[in-house]
Amino acid sequence: MKLISLVRQCAEVALAIGIAPLFAGWIAQCRAWMQNRSAPPLIQPYRMLHKLFHKDAALATDASPLFRATPYVLFGTMVLAAAIVPSIATDLPFARAADAIALIGLFATARVFTALAAMDIGTAFGTMGARREMMIGFLAEPALLMVLFNAFLLFGSTALPSLVDGYAAHRSGIDPSVIFAAVAFVMVLLAENARIPIDNPATHLELTMIHEAMLLEYSARHLALVEWASSLKLFNYACIGFALFLPWGIAIHGADGTGALLVAVAALIGKLVVAGAMLALIESVSAKLRLFRAPEYLATAFLLAVLGLLVHLLLGANTIA
Amino acid sequence: MSAPRWLSAATALHGPTLHSLLFLVAAWVILGAVGLLRPRSVRFVAHLLFPLGAVGCIGVALLAGTFLATGHTAEAMILPLGLPDLPFHLRLDALSGFFLLILGMAGAGISIFAAGYFRRGEGTAPALLGLQYHVFLASMATVILADDAYLFMVAWETMALSSYFLVTSQHRIPEIRRAGFLYLLMAHVGAICILLCFGVLQGGSWQFTFDAMRGASLAPFWATIAFALALLGFGAKAGLVPLHAWLPEAHPAAPSPVSAMMSGLMLNTAIYGMLRITFDLLHVQFWQWGAAMLTLGLFSAVFGAAFAAVQTDMKRLLAYSSIENVGLIFTGIGLAVLFDASHMPLFAALALAAALIHALNHALFKSLLFLATGSVLHATRQRSLGKLGGLIRRMPWVAFLALIGTLAIAGLPPLNGFVSEWLLLQSFLFTPRLPQAFLNMLVPLGAAVLALTVALAAYVMVKFYGVIFLGQPREPSLVDAHDANWLERIGLGWLAAGCVFIGVLPQFALRAAGTVTGKLIGQTVTPGASFWRIAPVTPEQASYSGLIFLAGIVAAIGITFLLVRLLAHGRMRRTAAWDCGYPWQTSRMQDTAEGFGQPIRHMFGAFFRMERDLPSPSDEAPRYRIHIEDRFWGWIYQPIARAVQRIADAVSILQGGRLSVYLLYSFLTLLALLVFVL
Repeated sequence: MKLISLVRQCAEVALAIGIAPLFAGWIAQCRAWMQNRSAPPLIQPYRMLHKLFHKDAALATDASPLFRATPYVLFGTMVLAAAIVPSIATDLPFARAADAIALIGLFATARVFTALAAMDIGTAFGTMGARREMMIGFLAEPALLMVLFNAFLLFGSTALPSLVDGYAAHRSGIDPSVIFAAVAFVMVLLAENARIPIDNPATHLELTMIHEAMLLEYSARHLALVEWASSLKLFNYACIGFALFLPWGIAIHGADGTGALLVAVAALIGKLVVAGAMLALIESVSAKLRLFRAPEYLATAFLLAVLGLLVHLLLGANTIA
Repeated sequence: MSAPRWLSAATALHGPTLHSLLFLVAAWVILGAVGLLRPRSVRFVAHLLFPLGAVGCIGVALLAGTFLATGHTAEAMILPLGLPDLPFHLRLDALSGFFLLILGMAGAGISIFAAGYFRRGEGTAPALLGLQYHVFLASMATVILADDAYLFMVAWETMALSSYFLVTSQHRIPEIRRAGFLYLLMAHVGAICILLCFGVLQGGSWQFTFDAMRGASLAPFWATIAFALALLGFGAKAGLVPLHAWLPEAHPAAPSPVSAMMSGLMLNTAIYGMLRITFDLLHVQFWQWGAAMLTLGLFSAVFGAAFAAVQTDMKRLLAYSSIENVGLIFTGIGLAVLFDASHMPLFAALALAAALIHALNHALFKSLLFLATGSVLHATRQRSLGKLGGLIRRMPWVAFLALIGTLAIAGLPPLNGFVSEWLLLQSFLFTPRLPQAFLNMLVPLGAAVLALTVALAAYVMVKFYGVIFLGQPREPSLVDAHDANWLERIGLGWLAAGCVFIGVLPQFALRAAGTVTGKLIGQTVTPGASFWRIAPVTPEQASYSGLIFLAGIVAAIGITFLLVRLLAHGRMRRTAAWDCGYPWQTSRMQDTAEGFGQPIRHMFGAFFRMERDLPSPSDEAPRYRIHIEDRFWGWIYQPIARAVQRIADAVSILQGGRLSVYLLYSFLTLLALLVFVL
């Protein structure tokens, strides 16, 4: 393992941590524009974090150590996920220790800890949110796995960097299954990141909340960490999407000098700008589904992913790599 | 096709490891018998004999572990016991070594816990419990070591009987007696199938040693019959759907250490038997067998997980989760048979290794969780999830150790449950290379079902842990709950340490499983070139390192914590929970176990037969009641029970109750026999 790849790894994680709130701010801004509201400034999420870190934490009397540890666990898992996902370069030493299945496991860990922390205080909203979040999660996880499975079959690897490398080596046309997988992936992304049509990140109605309901008891620095982790999660999902479906610009292994890295950062920012606008558009034109409809939505995503898999197998294409 | 590699395996007579193992097995029986000297003394039986039994377990684990790590020749032995001309044959090979390793590792934790668990005045006298417990342990070890059908069946039946007595140790409760009867019935139905299976396997040679069976050449038809009988017999023991009905009744009825033994260890003997027959004694394989096991396994997995999600009794929830895990293990075995029958030994070895490691993992985390429910049961006297809650504040030790088990069984990295699920998913990735065109289309759907099950298991475990340990106590009496005693803590800690160890350093488990697949399939699975990660196929294909994963997660969380500590102020005050400003909160406002399972009940409605009493809006004392039953009761068990009853009724006409009529029967029988002879 070369030192330079380790440095690159750290730089990538630092970039993810730094840029993630900006991405969330960009989506909020686009949403406001599309809905004819005056938009908050781009750096609003940073101001929010700054404010929260300076407030006094108020903790419920009965909060157990699990409740206090969870914000750190959430932030830690999301940072680790950023180390696995190839956002600017594929020569990631850490990605060899954990492949895409481990990445899904990492997201599941974060979800389980959030749900457990929400149940810890024992309020009605917290447990309700935990139940809903786990329901969404258990339907979204297989769909995501099927999306990744499709990519595995194409390139014969479960490591995300190898997928990107494999894509760069064989850019001969798009396999039709990828289209199904991409649609399914976007649906999962919306559901897993508590966006419309499954959940509304800006809601103030407790009874319709999913993700927010679990965070009601957090305040100050704990809340700041949880919110930062949420934006990191969205950023990670976006980067997984880029790695799977739009890997152009990512500095592939062997051709990753300073110039290539600069190009990769520029490409990443460009893709994030477009993706953020697209997400805001999807959110602006769709309505939040009733909770009972959420399983149908996720089942659709799952079936689309499976359909993609079947299309791939039906066409008889074996692994490209 | 696998016969030559078996026959060529050198067998050392009178191996030292086998001798020591037998010594330990005998020591268990003696330990159990010694307890009868002071039948009522909890201190003598529980605090002295059970820890000694645990030492025996560790010995078994060490012996089996070193055998797997070093010895490659199987050891065999003939004991001059049993019937004349039918001595007991014993044999230790890689497969039995692996299962003895599981038995020893999990058994040690359970025995230590049991030392602190059994108290005076709970059902059967301590000494009798101790005897049954150790005979149970010894019989499971003997099942694994047996090398002829006769000893196998003797040990198998001893195992069933001793566990029956353990299940019914609180025999004054009618439900427990009923559960015990159901268990005994199913155990015997299964045993008959296994007996018939051995009858087919001997293939006309009338030699009942496993060696003779390995040599017998069966026609494909008879081999399939043998396989089907084995699947029925061992499937009934393992709780494979639809032969599972006894499991959620019997496992929860037993005292918690016994539940742990049954779920963690006894189910594995059924897995062992299935592997022994499928991969060792039968030397032909058809992909259809693999497809059947795969289908049954996946169905059991989803079925078990869905039922676990709607349970309101904590031990029943775990019992259904056992069905799910057995389903996953059978999925792995089925996949291995599929690959092996299609001449892809590397993939078959990978799938089999996944199944073996999952069996090991399941023994560890399921025992851990069953034992934790035992501690909760002793501390609160409550089994119903609806009457628990908030125990993390009263029982921090049990809560912490149970959290490890919860995360492990939910399949989260870097714990052990993730490793086996990772391996299983990896082997599913190769299914498109199967030669059968429709199989390589359908089997990837199996991976989807597998993913669904794993995610559902996480749901179930959040419910389990959250409702028991988190939130507000749902009953006022829970305030007096006390933490587990130190013997119990050691037992739980041992098992939790095992979960962490296998998760962080899966290399050792994979190497051990690789030895087994090397003997069974002729293809070992190596953990990969480097020490710090596993890459069972190639590093480009996939690699995983629990150690680095753990280091990364600890580093990320630690650095975050330090930075927040350094850069932000640490001011904090404790107040009442906010709860969106609602002023009045009681513990009844939390989700109940029923409430938490509601989405699953909604989605998997087809699985359940539900009876619900919904109160009317004007009801002044509203009560909500829901009863969920297994559809298989109505579909399979009750029709069979009714048919047996009808036949019995028809036959009972003969039983007039008058002596003269009976004498007439004897006379007629004699007459008939005379006619037949002459």
